[in-house]
Amino acid sequence: MGDFFSNLDTQDLIEATYETFYMTIVSLAGTLILGIMLGLLLYMTDKDGIWQNKYLNLITAAVVNVFRAIPFIILILLLFPFTNLLVGTLRGPTAALPALIIASAPFYGRLVEIALKEVDKGVIEAAKSMGAKTRTIIFKVLLPESMPALVSGLTVTAIALIGYTAMAGAIGAGGLGNYAYYFGFQRRDWDIVLVSTVLIVIIVFLFQFIGDYITKKLDKR
Amino acid sequence: MISIEGLSKIFTSDKKKITAVDDLTLSINEGEIFGVIGYSGAGKSTFVRLLNRLEEPTGGRVVMGEKEITTLNSKALRLTRQDIGMIFQHFNLLWSRTVEDNIAFPLEIAGISKTKRKEKVQNLINLVGLSGREKAYPSQLSGGQKQRVGIARALANDPKVLLCDEATSALDPETTNSILDLLVDINEKLGLTIILITHEMHVIRKICNRVAVMESGKIVEQGDVLDVFSKPKQLVTKKFVEQVMGTNDEDDSMDYLLQTYEEGKIVRLHFVGEITNQALISQLAKQFEIEINILQGKIAQTQAGAYGTLIVQLEGNEEEINKATSFIQDETSVEMEGFGNG
Ligand SMILES: Nc1ncnc2c1ncn2[C@@H]1O[C@H](COP(=O)(O)OP(=O)(O)OP(=O)(O)O)[C@@H](O)[C@H]1O
Ligand SMILES: [Mg+2]
Repeated sequence: MGDFFSNLDTQDLIEATYETFYMTIVSLAGTLILGIMLGLLLYMTDKDGIWQNKYLNLITAAVVNVFRAIPFIILILLLFPFTNLLVGTLRGPTAALPALIIASAPFYGRLVEIALKEVDKGVIEAAKSMGAKTRTIIFKVLLPESMPALVSGLTVTAIALIGYTAMAGAIGAGGLGNYAYYFGFQRRDWDIVLVSTVLIVIIVFLFQFIGDYITKKLDKR
Repeated sequence: MISIEGLSKIFTSDKKKITAVDDLTLSINEGEIFGVIGYSGAGKSTFVRLLNRLEEPTGGRVVMGEKEITTLNSKALRLTRQDIGMIFQHFNLLWSRTVEDNIAFPLEIAGISKTKRKEKVQNLINLVGLSGREKAYPSQLSGGQKQRVGIARALANDPKVLLCDEATSALDPETTNSILDLLVDINEKLGLTIILITHEMHVIRKICNRVAVMESGKIVEQGDVLDVFSKPKQLVTKKFVEQVMGTNDEDDSMDYLLQTYEEGKIVRLHFVGEITNQALISQLAKQFEIEINILQGKIAQTQAGAYGTLIVQLEGNEEEINKATSFIQDETSVEMEGFGNG
C-alpha cells in the first residue's frame, strides 16, 4: 500500500491544487461579470424589454451561441494568438484564463438570461410606476430578485469550469489536470492520477455545497 | 382634477388591431373615490395603465392638476410618477425585501435620505396596521397583509392620486372589506384622489362616490353611485346592480304576497340615499296607530347612504293607514308604491 503512493510529491500536489483553485476562482469572477453583462444584454434587448432592439439582440445571441458551440479544447487553440498578446505566455495557469472566461461566460450569460426571465413582470412594472430609472430596475429589482437563480447558475458554471481547468491543464496550463496528465498518465504513475482525480471531485463537491448553501440562504420566496 | 380627453389605445398583435380603450373622455374630481367597473376584457386595466403611461396612449390627453401627463418627456414622467401611487391585484412586492424595505423602495427611488426613510416607513407601517411585521418577508404574509404593504408602498412619496387595479380581487370577502375600509380611511385622512378598477359591484357600492361603467373600451354610463344604482340605464349596468341587489324577481312574488297577506295595505318603499330605513319604520310605528310587518326587502349601504327597496304590510284602521302613507309621500325622501287591499 505504501508503495502505491510512492510517486506522490506533496509539494507538487499542493502547488497543483492551488493552481486549480486559482484558475477556477479568477475565471469564475471574470465569467460572473461578463456573463451578467451578456445575460442582461440578451434580456433587456429582447422583445418587450426595456432596451428592445432586434438587431442587438440577434448579434448578442449569435456571439453567445457560436462561443458555446465551439468545443473548449479547440477554443483554447484558436485563442492562442489572443492569449499570447494578452498575457505574454501560452503556459501556466494565467495563460488559461482568457480561454476559460470566454468559454464559460456565454454559458453563464444564457443562465443569467433565464434567471432574469423568471423575475415577475409585475414587480418590474411596479418599479416603473414608482418612477424608477433603468439602472435602479437593474440593480434593485432584476438582480436581487433573480439572485438565487444567479447563484445556482454560477455554481453549475463553476463546476463546468473546474472541468475546463483540467482540460486546459492537459495542454500545459498547470493545475491538477496538468499534474494528473503529465506526471501521472504519461509516466504510468497511477497513484498520481487517482489522487488528482479525488482532489478534483472534492473541489467540485465543495463548490456545489457552498453554492447550494448560499442559494438556499438567499431564497426568501 | 384629472381630465381625460379622447384617450385611446390600439394594440397591434399578429397584424390584428385590438382597440382596448376607445376615444374615452372622463373627468375625475380631486379627492373623490372614482370607480371604473366592467367585465373582463372591457379595457379597464389598459385604461389605468394609460393614466401613468405604463402603456403609451395611441391618442388623446391625460391632464392631472396642471400637468399634461401625455406630453411629458421620460425624465419628467419618471418624476411625475412619484406623485401617482399604484396598487395591483397581485401586490407585486419584491420577495427579496422585507416589509419595511419594500415600503422604503419608492423612497430610495426618490432619493430620500436614510434617516428620513426610516421615519417615513414607520409611519406608513402604522397607518396600514402592520406594526410588528416590519422584518417579515412577503412570503410570510397573508394576502390582505401583502396588499397593506402594497398600499403603504404606494403612499410612500405622498402621492396626490392612487390608482388601484383590481386591488381586492385576489382577496376573500372579509379581507376585501378591511382593505376597502383602509382605502376610505386614507382617502379621508390624506385627501388623495383614488381611481379604482374592479369587476365587483359591491366594491363600488361600498366606497365609491362616482362610478363609470366600461364596455369594449368605452364608458357607457357614469354618475353618482346612488343614481347609477337606482336608475341603471344600460344592460351591463343593470347586470352589475343585480350583483349586489339580486335579480328583479320581486314583481313575481308581489302577486304571491298580495294573496297571502290580505289584511291592511301592502306598500313598496324605495330608499335612495340619506334616510335610513330603521328610522322611518320606527317613526311610522310611533306616530301612527298601525302595525308594520316587513315582508321582503333588500337594502345596501353606499357611501351616499342606503339604497334599496322594502315591501311592508301596514295594518290598522284605514284612516291611520292613509295618514301614514301620506306622511311617507310628503315628509320623507322615500318613494312609495301602494298595492291592492287598502
Ligand atoms: N399588451 C397587449 N397586447 C395586445 N392586446 C392587449 C394587451 N393588453 C391588453 N390587450 C387587449 O386589450 C383588451 C382589454 O384588456 P384589459 O386587460 O385592459 O381588460 P380588463 O378590463 O382589465 O380585463 P380584466 O378584468 O380581465 O383584467 C383585451 O381584449 C386584451 O386582450
Ligand atoms: Mg384587468
